[in-house]
Amino acid sequence: MTMAALYDEAADPLLDTAADGPAPKAIVVAYGFWIFLLSDIVMFSAIFATYAVLAHATAGGPSGAQLFNETRVLVETGCLLLSSYTCGLMSLGIEARHRVATYCAAAVTFALGVAFLAVELSEFAGMVARGATPERSAFLSAFFTLVGCHGLHVTFGLLWLAVMMAQVVTKGFRDTVLRRLFCFSLFWHALDIIWVGIFTVVYLIGARS
Amino acid sequence: MNILGKLSWSAIPISEPEDMIASGLMILAAVGVLVWVTVKGRWPYLWQEWLTSVDHKRIGVMYCILALLMLLRGFVDAIMMRAQQVMAAGGAQGYLPPQHYDQIFSAHGTIMIFFMAMPFIIGLMNFAVPLQLGIRDVAFPTLNSVSLGLTASGILLTNISLVVGEFAKTGWVAYPPLSELRFSPGVGVDYYLWALQISGVGTLLTGINFVTTILKMRAPGMSYMRMPVFCWTALATNLLIVAAFPILTATFAMLLLDRYLGFHFFTNSGQGNPMMYVNLFWAWGHPEVYILILPAFGIFSEVFATFSGKPLFGYRSIVAATMAICVFSFLVWLHHFFTMGAGADVNGFFGIMTMIIAVPTGVKIFNWLFTMFGGRVRFTVPVLWSLGFMVTFVIGGMTGVLLAVPPADFQLHNSLFLVAHFHNVLIGGLFFGVMAGYNYWFPKAFGFTLSERWGKAAFWCWLVGFYVAFMPLYALGLMGMTRRLQHYDNAAWQPLLIVAAAGALIVLCGIICQIIQLIVSIRERDEHRDKTGDPWNGRTLEWATPSPPPAWNFPALPRVEGKDAFWTEKRRIRGSSTEEPTSLRYEPIEVPKNSATGFVTAFFAVLTGFALIWHIWWMAMLGLVGAFITILAFAWRERAEIEIPAALIERVDRAYREALSR
Repeated sequence: MTMAALYDEAADPLLDTAADGPAPKAIVVAYGFWIFLLSDIVMFSAIFATYAVLAHATAGGPSGAQLFNETRVLVETGCLLLSSYTCGLMSLGIEARHRVATYCAAAVTFALGVAFLAVELSEFAGMVARGATPERSAFLSAFFTLVGCHGLHVTFGLLWLAVMMAQVVTKGFRDTVLRRLFCFSLFWHALDIIWVGIFTVVYLIGARS
Repeated sequence: MNILGKLSWSAIPISEPEDMIASGLMILAAVGVLVWVTVKGRWPYLWQEWLTSVDHKRIGVMYCILALLMLLRGFVDAIMMRAQQVMAAGGAQGYLPPQHYDQIFSAHGTIMIFFMAMPFIIGLMNFAVPLQLGIRDVAFPTLNSVSLGLTASGILLTNISLVVGEFAKTGWVAYPPLSELRFSPGVGVDYYLWALQISGVGTLLTGINFVTTILKMRAPGMSYMRMPVFCWTALATNLLIVAAFPILTATFAMLLLDRYLGFHFFTNSGQGNPMMYVNLFWAWGHPEVYILILPAFGIFSEVFATFSGKPLFGYRSIVAATMAICVFSFLVWLHHFFTMGAGADVNGFFGIMTMIIAVPTGVKIFNWLFTMFGGRVRFTVPVLWSLGFMVTFVIGGMTGVLLAVPPADFQLHNSLFLVAHFHNVLIGGLFFGVMAGYNYWFPKAFGFTLSERWGKAAFWCWLVGFYVAFMPLYALGLMGMTRRLQHYDNAAWQPLLIVAAAGALIVLCGIICQIIQLIVSIRERDEHRDKTGDPWNGRTLEWATPSPPPAWNFPALPRVEGKDAFWTEKRRIRGSSTEEPTSLRYEPIEVPKNSATGFVTAFFAVLTGFALIWHIWWMAMLGLVGAFITILAFAWRERAEIEIPAALIERVDRAYREALSR
């Protein structure tokens, strides 16, 4: 009773958010996808933490400084960041409901993603050829897992982009397609953020030590 | 190169009689159910009303059925362990050889945590949260059905391991290096890992779904500080799922890479670091403890308020305590391995954090006590479970605080004292909670109440059985008995282990009472019909709709005016002299359409999982491609919703209002 008297409901800051019923579908979907991205970033942080622990566990094998090629990483980074820019252009195309602009921007985004993957795979192949395989040491296990996991995400993103373009072709810019395209662009930008982490933690710090 | 990978006839454990009997019975039961459904011609009903349903209430019920089945399976494992330890004293070896006993304790832990406790709380959340929030479904109904399918896939794979191959012998935590290929070359650990990876994805999707639902989809006027406490605890639990389960996925992925591709994350060679697995595992594992217990706290809060006829005492403090636990749960993981040798400072920090986290829990105990204080408490079955919980959980909590003291932990680590402690909080906390919830919400789900008499019998058997079974384990732990012993030399331990086995038998009586309770209640359902949809004089919105609720839950979304929305509404109607307006305008409602996506995804998940366990690579590819095509089919479907005509809604609602006025 006294508790209720002390508590002034009108002054409750949390009550200001009193929802006027369920949010519209577009908001709900985007919100849910943000939560998914959050969980994905938690997964990456577990792998980042593992990499940090094992970064010097080379077991007598090659270290990062011996393996990493900074020019190659610069090209990779350039491809990925540029693809985020073209992905933004795609969003503008979608906003304008302009099919040709959307397809063109999506094609460039796709090509840059493929270029990124190609450079990454050639890096992996070069390392394997030098005997720097994931079986060699805990450091290399962690390296291939962290960078490879990001690469898998990019691969999945490319697949998703292709499917979304097929959806635009067959179904046009209807609500479900627009929501999914929005989620795709969130996903693609999030991969950039993770890459910035990899660029810093793996390549920049690794090349020095 | 074998087309079936590592799979051959030798995978069927013909030489092990217990295994063959158990798998025989299981296959017989499964075939029996399938034949019964076929003979009765119930496949269309089962397919349309349940397996492809995306209704949160149906999905919730199916989760709970899975959990109850797995409770039986996990309990059989428990009885087998108790029987073994009764027999295997001194020179005797008992009836279970070590490699079999090891599988049983691993399966018991895995099943009880992942396939009994998790599905049960997720099932209850699925059923109750959208109703309590006053909405029609969760944010992503088809995704919800996929979550259920993936959980069921994990359960199926774990149970297939009984018949084909073996299960892990590593304990439910599967610590490396023991769980590495070098020391566990069989498929047991692979069954464990793939089953948990698949069901873990399902759990993560549930977490995303519910966080979005609770934060974005409440009825008009349902502000955060008006949400029922169960919704708050569900929010905390699902936030923890989103933040913790990806860590488990990453950790298991690393162990899988070690086992399948020769990586060196946790191996002894290649400078791998086994202790890192332990750290990562518990960085998920301790939040997991709160993922399980917080919804139980929510259930107790609803039960105490409802059956005391009073608002919950200190609503804001219980919300604050819940969210505090949600944050603190990520700061205590190291207390699971003080003996790692991290040093006094680190151990000291985590010991103190562990003691601090007991404070918000203690706050809640007083909240519940003061809720009952001055109320007219009705001692129904849910209340009995809740009272049993309070006493039992306090004891379990205090032994936990004892274990939080690093020097004490060095003595008690891996002993039966620890086993007694976590059963004390998991049975006395989580299990009593889901049982209270099961008895509390059953009438809402099926339209009739469960038998009070058999429910009370079940409760008392469980309560007494729990104490008889686990108090001796505290003593045995202090006497130096470690966990997971297939046999032991110290004959002085045997009498207490016999007492513990007797306790397990009393619990068995409790389970039998629960089965009888269900059968009796179904038979006598006409006498226990819940015609008003409000059998307990409830306070929250799930009671403001018929039992069982129609697919659309509410004819119009309720407008929430304060806490305890339904209670306030009932008081308002009783207080006003004017009749309720009967000229409600009914409008057609769109509800999500049934979808086979969840079921088909589950099929391909089982196929892929089984193929990966046995290294049948072509089949794994087939499963993945199948799952991808399923997603494409879903992405290209034309209609996501069907419309319920206004006339039908009007008919159901008028019948409900008529029953209410009578």
